[in-house]
Amino acid sequence: MTSLFSIVLAAILGLLAVASTIGFILQRRATEPGSVATVQNLNARIRSWWIMVAVFGGAILLGDTAVVILFAFLSFMALREFWTLTPSRRGDHLALFLSFFVVLPLHYVLLGTLWYGLFSIFIPVYAFLILPAVATLTGDVNEFLARTARVQWGLMLTVYSISHAPALLMLETGTPPALLLVYLVIVVQLSDVFQYVWGKLLGKHRFSPNISPSKTLEGLIGGGASAILVGTLLYRLTPFSPLQAAAVSTVIVVAGFFGGFVLSAIKRDLNAKDWGYVIEGHGGVLDRLDSITFAAPLFFHIVRYWFTA
Amino acid sequence: MTALVRRLLVLFVRIMVGARSEWRGCTPDTRRRIYFANHNSHVDTVAVMAALPYQVRRLTHPVAARDYWGTSAFRRFIAEKGLRAVLIDRKPLPDSNPLEPLERLLEEGRSILIFPEGTRSSTDEIAPFRSGIYRLACRFPDVDLVPIHLDNLQRILPKGSMLIVPITCTARFGKPLRVEPGEGKDAFLARARAAIIELADGGRTA
Repeated sequence: MTSLFSIVLAAILGLLAVASTIGFILQRRATEPGSVATVQNLNARIRSWWIMVAVFGGAILLGDTAVVILFAFLSFMALREFWTLTPSRRGDHLALFLSFFVVLPLHYVLLGTLWYGLFSIFIPVYAFLILPAVATLTGDVNEFLARTARVQWGLMLTVYSISHAPALLMLETGTPPALLLVYLVIVVQLSDVFQYVWGKLLGKHRFSPNISPSKTLEGLIGGGASAILVGTLLYRLTPFSPLQAAAVSTVIVVAGFFGGFVLSAIKRDLNAKDWGYVIEGHGGVLDRLDSITFAAPLFFHIVRYWFTA
Repeated sequence: MTALVRRLLVLFVRIMVGARSEWRGCTPDTRRRIYFANHNSHVDTVAVMAALPYQVRRLTHPVAARDYWGTSAFRRFIAEKGLRAVLIDRKPLPDSNPLEPLERLLEEGRSILIFPEGTRSSTDEIAPFRSGIYRLACRFPDVDLVPIHLDNLQRILPKGSMLIVPITCTARFGKPLRVEPGEGKDAFLARARAAIIELADGGRTA
């Protein structure tokens, strides 16, 4: 795995170097205020990509425990961003406390100890029943159903869904499981990057102005197709044949689209532009992981159902 | 030792509640100022202190109620050493001037942080201001009063709970104000309170 992974990592670093060079040239050329702002945002994004690649790549090199801890931390940040924007009442306080400090850590412990059976039901069965039960103790019935739904969805999106990316480490497919995670992350993130690039270069028809004003039809199709192409070419990282890799990449890309849209729709509902502010040029952790929330569980179950012994 | 405690306290608060700052109506400055903020959690004081840049923080003293922060050695240590707080009496003796320690600090060129609501409110509403801030403003007419709006703290550590939920808090610093010539107490207090309420609006989309 290390040799294959080294090649992939070297390729990504090479791509980033190219991106940084292009960003530098554009910065010297940009003169009008509109394009200066775009180029500045582009360069901030590229800088953040260097850091994200270093953190993620470093965790992979350190081993499975480091990866699980990294994702537990990302879930924590994402859950926090979710609740910073989402309204809650005094009656939700204990449920939120338990979400952050009991449910999230326990869920990742189950993942780290490879206890798949409990891992897969702990949140959707036990947490989903216990948290509303706890909330009744305060006697606040105001908007109870909506509040329960928010507590559950916060956990579902930011903890349960995201954790299915590191959960790939549990799967024995004949290929090193860390490469499956690398594959998922590359296809999802490249799809976002390609959408951005295609949208900036050719974008004309806005796809869904209400939900995601900057997304264009050209960006979605061009970006999606490019990511599926890369996903197919990278089939050696996976147990898939090239044809299977194309199909699986398609699923990842489509799920990723909808992850982005659903999380954007929630943001619009909450009157926010970004989920957070910790990743320069990108917004919050949840802005970067929105596609993963939908793509990871699907990819996980496809691999688990068809490609494990 | 206390410097280390101070740093750790700020770091802890930054991790737990974010304590992010957003300078809307002014920029950080080491000139003496009177910061005033809405109050609904025990974390308020530390959150504002953590949101201030170090150079400003070291010159700023929050005001804390003696009847809460003075009651145990631990609280006293956190307040007086960790936060450089001044403890004052909320129910002073008739002849004493409870603002005296604050006036002394301002005279020395230091800044203070006060919570003019007097006590933590248990709702999102900002309670009417007590008159101390007006008296300070009249006594120091050339000092800027900087309004601060703290969001979310109510939800991070509500009154009556010991459990911290690590939602992010933003301290939003508004446009400084001073007492206008001939402005009465009620008018000024209303204006100061409105300045904080105004900062609460539209924060999410900004």
